[in-house]
Amino acid sequence: MNFGNQKSDVVLEAPLTGTRDVVLETIKINKSFYEPEEFHVLKDLSFQVKRSEFVSIVGKSGCGKSTLLYLISTLDTDYTGEIHINNRKVTGLTQNQLAKFRNEHIGFVFQFHFLLPEFSALKNVMIPAEKLGKYSKSEIEDRAYEKLKWLDMQEFAGKLSSKLSGGQQQRVAIARALINDPTIIMGDEPTGNLDSTNTNIVFDILKDLSKSKGQTIISVTHDEEFASKSDRVIEMKDGEIIKQ
Amino acid sequence: MKLPVNYEIAKTHLLAKKRTTITAMLGVTFGIGMYVLMISFMTGFNEFLEDSLLSATPDINIYNDIKTDYSHSILDEISDTGKVMNVVHHPKPKDITPNVRNSQKIIEDLKKDTRIKAISPLLATQVFYNNGPVQINGTLQGVNILEEAKISGLDVKMKTGKIENLLTVNNGILLGHSLATRLNVQMGDLVTLATPNGTSMRFRVVGTFQFGLGSLDLIRSYVSLNNVQQLMGKDNQYVTNINLKLNDNREATGMAKEFKKRYGYKADDWQNANASAMVSITIRNVMTFVVSFTLLVVAGFGIYNIMSMTIQNKLKDIAILKAQGFSGTDVMTIFLAESVTIGILGALTGLALGYLMSYGVMNLPFPKNDNISITHYPVTFHWYHYALGVIFGMITTFIAGLMPSLKAAKIDPVAILRG
Repeated sequence: MNFGNQKSDVVLEAPLTGTRDVVLETIKINKSFYEPEEFHVLKDLSFQVKRSEFVSIVGKSGCGKSTLLYLISTLDTDYTGEIHINNRKVTGLTQNQLAKFRNEHIGFVFQFHFLLPEFSALKNVMIPAEKLGKYSKSEIEDRAYEKLKWLDMQEFAGKLSSKLSGGQQQRVAIARALINDPTIIMGDEPTGNLDSTNTNIVFDILKDLSKSKGQTIISVTHDEEFASKSDRVIEMKDGEIIKQ
Repeated sequence: MKLPVNYEIAKTHLLAKKRTTITAMLGVTFGIGMYVLMISFMTGFNEFLEDSLLSATPDINIYNDIKTDYSHSILDEISDTGKVMNVVHHPKPKDITPNVRNSQKIIEDLKKDTRIKAISPLLATQVFYNNGPVQINGTLQGVNILEEAKISGLDVKMKTGKIENLLTVNNGILLGHSLATRLNVQMGDLVTLATPNGTSMRFRVVGTFQFGLGSLDLIRSYVSLNNVQQLMGKDNQYVTNINLKLNDNREATGMAKEFKKRYGYKADDWQNANASAMVSITIRNVMTFVVSFTLLVVAGFGIYNIMSMTIQNKLKDIAILKAQGFSGTDVMTIFLAESVTIGILGALTGLALGYLMSYGVMNLPFPKNDNISITHYPVTFHWYHYALGVIFGMITTFIAGLMPSLKAAKIDPVAILRG
């Protein structure tokens, strides 16, 4: 990967040092499930994440780490407390406002890749940008191609995404997450479904994003090696943060 | 082509699963096609029937309705009915002539009415047609043939001869086609007509006509008004009916009432005269619409099923689109666009199919029948039937697509992404 070739990027221009401002802040989040029986899954969670941090959230299954990730990614709105992203309070926004907000500020990388199978790799990367509508179609195409190239995926750009291997799909997914220069990239076990070679490639990409491009990354993981190599580890147990 | 991203996704979905798309489309195609065929054929038949009835029936017929009603005696008017009851046994009807008495004045008055297109005074009587041993009972109409042709369109119903022959040939007669066949007479042959009063006269056949209604073509004949007046021994003012053709025959019912009040004679409008036929036309129309509607609803259920299945298979895609910032409205737009596209394509191909089938039916020979003057199945090609088909088809597919699309819009991405 040749990062030197990167043209001036919004993220690159952001200050990497000095005022490491807060991009995510949660204030006393509580969440309960009521089915099949009442269960208090998150208890008074408050924490902050600063710009360009690479954070891993770890914990045993059922500790509430995935639930937390879906709350801070604004997909799940059923909670009490407050969430601020990029100095904006997202708690209480309507579903349509949240959709627009996610489009602009949050990129997702999931365990099971979740590309749209009928579209080419390039098109998968382009779709969120077309939704945002900030650039013209040809600019979007150039930008998407650039992202794929940065991830060494340019030769697969025209290939149908369902015909790609797991590691390739995950790299396309990362390119897609990056296309709108989001404030935060959220990962739900981003390496959970990959072999060790691909796990290392994906980890290196994410690490590089946070180090050289100042990208904030929050990732839920089971992988202890993955967690230990990140900047900061938030460990959860029974709905509470026990170590951060 | 540059489409907004929602429509681009819809297009890709449709093209990726061509077979499903075509199956869904064919449901609509078949529904609309059958609708077009049914409505074209049914209205074709109705129009043929209506046309035959209308040409045989004037829009309004003014005549003297003779009653033998003796429930009121003239005695009631001169004696005190409160005390005396007048009873008349065996009343003998007075011999009243059934003509419209002040016909000239009525006709002149009617000519001023701009709603009326044509006026034809006519003298009708029962007759026996005699040709050797054959005796057939029927009705003879004495008419001013040029005026009558404006009302019944007789000039285009002629099978042999021309209506003008009635004006040039002395004592000419136009016979119904079936009647001429029964009498075994042709152009130039002589027929003897006898009235109920015992008078008789010989006429020369100068033409035959066919209305396409067996009951008419077997009994009716036309001669000039003077000849009938002569045959019946009446003066040249003597007519029994005044037939009218209106500019707009939908006004007939109201105008008939008006004329009845104004002239004191009975006035029948065409709908009243053909009440039973009108009912059967209405019933056929209702049936056509019910069957067409059913076909379209079935097509709608097909789309509903296919869209529901598609959405069920695309739950993951919907979740990922929502995570990337597509709102519920966007998701709904995508799937609604898919079903509306299927609807539009299906409707258009349906129209083509319907047109082809109607065209085919139009060229089918109708079973040969002497009493009906058609050679092929009657089919109409009205643009508004086709427009209605497209509108109906699009509404059904829109509703059928809307329900699953709304469901897709409400899908909770968290539940799916977490597995």
